[in-house]
This record gives sequence, structure tokens and C-alpha cells, in this order.
Amino acid sequence: MTCTEFLAKMTDYFDGTVAEPLLVEIRTHMAECSHCEVTVNTVQQTIHIYRNQEIYAYEMPEPLREKLRAAIMEKCRGCKPSR
Amino acid sequence: MATIQSPATEEIHPDVALVERAKGGDEAAFEQLIRQYDRQIFRIARHITQNKEDAEDIVQDTFLKAYQKLHQFQGNSKFYTWLVRIAVNESLMRLRKRRNSKTVSMDEDVQTEEGSVPRDFADWTPDPEQQYGQGELGEILRKTIQGLPPGFRSVFTLRDVENLSTEETAEALGLSVPAVKSRLLRARLQLRERLSKYMKVKDGVTK
Repeated sequence: MTCTEFLAKMTDYFDGTVAEPLLVEIRTHMAECSHCEVTVNTVQQTIHIYRNQEIYAYEMPEPLREKLRAAIMEKCRGCKPSR
Repeated sequence: MATIQSPATEEIHPDVALVERAKGGDEAAFEQLIRQYDRQIFRIARHITQNKEDAEDIVQDTFLKAYQKLHQFQGNSKFYTWLVRIAVNESLMRLRKRRNSKTVSMDEDVQTEEGSVPRDFADWTPDPEQQYGQGELGEILRKTIQGLPPGFRSVFTLRDVENLSTEETAEALGLSVPAVKSRLLRARLQLRERLSKYMKVKDGVTK
């Protein structure tokens, strides 16, 4: 397996949708190619950091949620769902 | 309803009942749907537009549009996925307006080959989140994701941050599953490459 072939399968590998014998080829390639091993590890770290940090950082404060919800409901009352 | 019937054993998603009640004019049911999904819609809009005020407007516009189009929701996809699709379209429209009519679509800039091939193979420090303060790390992450084309940013946000499945991401973005996979790979590789300069093990720092 080449690095390009490995990269092409990386998304499926993360999703856990790769079956043998391809799975064995992927694991063998990772064991033998330090570049691809680092790439996989750091991509996983990238996903982890964004998921952890951004969900926290982009949380709406409760008063803002209430304000937006009230504004939405007010507008909805002015326009019933069309049929 | 002119849809394929689900097998009797398959459970109906609780949102379907809420939507049906809302269609019948039950305000509390629609308010419940807002409570369930406003935070996710805000995060998605914030990610795509990279602007807090736009994201607040998009939350309002998304739910209002959903309310007006409730009759179009047939229950053959998840209500949340349907909502996300509206939010993504609203977000791209905002970007387009902000950039003064320059076309912004799911396809913008994604033809680039940049980031298709990894170049930086340095290992990262095992605890990058400890290396920077909360504010500093947040700034690095924002700067990094801002550099991605909106089409890549949307795929990464839905699939990796909000944890939608590949199929749901495809449905929400109006893309094929192979297109989502290909964009996701390139979005992940580009972000990894750009973050690498901040996260890699520095000289003299042991693992």
C-alpha cells in the first residue's frame, strides 16, 4: 500500500468501516510508515481539540438563548405554517 | 404521507411527533424543538460564518424558515438534519452578502490541491491543550479554521465537531457521500497542517 492509497482510506478507517483484508494492509502500512502514523495521530488530535474547545467556546449563554427563542416565537406567531 | 413506510419495528423519532403538533399550531411543541437544537445551529452558523452576530441572526432565520416550511418536512430524514441544511444555506448566504455578492457556495475554492498531501511530519506535543491558555488556544483554532474554504469548513464542522454521520452530513450539505469523504479528508489534512506549527514538539521538549 502506498501513502496515497493509505490517505484515500483514512476517512473510512476513522469511521470503522474498513473490513479485512484491507484493514490489515492499513495497519501494516501504519506500522511501517512513520509519516502516515504521525499524520493519523495528529489528524485525530486535530479533531479532538476542535471538538473539545469549540463546543465550549461557541456555547450560547442562557439569556441569549431565551432572547432569541422569544424573538423566533414572536415572528412565528405572525406567520402560521403554510400548507 | 406519500413516503416509503418504515418497518413496524423501527421506532419513530420523538421529533416527528413534535413537528406534527407544531404543524397543527401547537406553539409549545415548536418551542421545544428550538430548545433542543438552538445551540447546535448557533455553533454551526458561527463556524461557517466566523461571526457571532451573523450566527445569532441565522439561528432566528433558520427556525423561522423551518416553521414556515414545516409542511415540507416529510419525516423521511431526521428533523435535525433538515434544520441543519437550512442553517448551512442561510450561513452561506450571509457570507455571500458580507463579501459583497462574491459567490460563496459549497464548491468555492475546493478545487485547490492545497493540503491534499501532508508535508509536516513532526510529532505533536502530547498535551497541546495544556500548552496554551484557553483564550490563546481558542484564537489559534479560530485563525486556523478561518483559512479553510467555506465548503471544507462546513464539512469539518458537521462531521467532526457536531458529530453528524457521513450520510447525514451529505444530506445536510446536498452533497454525495463520496464528495463529503473527499472534502472531509482534505479539510482534516489542511487543518492538521496549519495547526502543526503551533502544536509540534519543540526542540528540547521531551515527550
